[in-house]
Amino acid sequence: MNAPIEDGIVLTEEQKRRRRARSIAIALSLGVLVVLFYVVTLIKGPAVLVRPM
Amino acid sequence: MSLVSEGADLARPLPADLARPQPSLAGVDDYIALMKPRVMSLVVFTALVGLLVAPGHLHPVIGFTALLCIAVGAGASGALNMWYDADIDAIMTRTVNRPIPAGRVLPGEALAFGLMLAVGSVVVLGLLVNTLAGVLLAATIAFYVLVYTMWLKRSTPQNIVIGGAAGAFPPMIGWAAVTGDVSLAPVLMFLIIFLWTPPHFWALALLKSDDYARAGIPMLPVVAGHDETRRQILLYTLVLAPAGLAPTLFGFAGLLYGAVALICGAMMVMLAWRVYRDRTGPAAASAAGKLFAFSLLYVFVLFAALAADNLLSCFGFAS
Repeated sequence: MNAPIEDGIVLTEEQKRRRRARSIAIALSLGVLVVLFYVVTLIKGPAVLVRPM
Repeated sequence: MSLVSEGADLARPLPADLARPQPSLAGVDDYIALMKPRVMSLVVFTALVGLLVAPGHLHPVIGFTALLCIAVGAGASGALNMWYDADIDAIMTRTVNRPIPAGRVLPGEALAFGLMLAVGSVVVLGLLVNTLAGVLLAATIAFYVLVYTMWLKRSTPQNIVIGGAAGAFPPMIGWAAVTGDVSLAPVLMFLIIFLWTPPHFWALALLKSDDYARAGIPMLPVVAGHDETRRQILLYTLVLAPAGLAPTLFGFAGLLYGAVALICGAMMVMLAWRVYRDRTGPAAASAAGKLFAFSLLYVFVLFAALAADNLLSCFGFAS
């Protein structure tokens, strides 16, 4: 007879809601970074590689 | 060394809480709380003023990037501070509801969050703005976490005096973001915040000395007593008030700023005098509370005046 298969961690509705909020916050942060790097690259042009002291 | 025995140890069943870790209960608001947003607001504001009064031009987007990195760097410092101080935060009533002692964020989560923000903010500031600003931000975070939080805070009543340097760096970073160097003007801004820190925090420490004593933190009122703290508050304020005038005296700010610094400095001295004079009962607590509240306003008003003064001179209205 096989051993019973464990169900693993079952999240509560509140934990699911918080995980979703965290995921959205991370996605937004990454989106802001992408836009920021893109805009700064446009502004600096080739000078984006020049990093003065 | 026996690999066999180590293997045998590893083969043992893990405790239930390790074998099946509970999912994180942290919400986005808990991560925001880890970054100490109120402290961050002062950091961002003083950095913005440093950026505005610095000579030279900086593209607004690069300026925004610099402020964002400074804000995130301050948040990293806060998160790492809360990770390290979770044990004493759990003892003090003022901090018991912070995310880690309240059990909403695990210490490891806070450590990972703080380290990620610290590295990210320094690297982005160094790459997108300039290297000196990145180095200064790295030094600020390191000073706050390693020197203040891990070393001074639990070992000397001078903790917030020396540790205050961490809070004084942001206007210097803002200045460096524009100019790529550090001159007398940002040093004066540094000096104002540095001298402002002891009266500000000791006024709070007078009100919360029982909390600090229970947590074993050697704040000045706990170690040297309330009377000595009141004396030190008055002495530091007597040095702070003229230091606040230094930007005008050195020709870096105009008379508008000088007048504001004079009035606010006089108010600080008056309130510090009341703290020194009123030593018992509700009057003593009220005096300390008023000094703490006004000291927050003091630094905001002084730096706002500095920015306004500089803005006026840019438009040809030299004060």
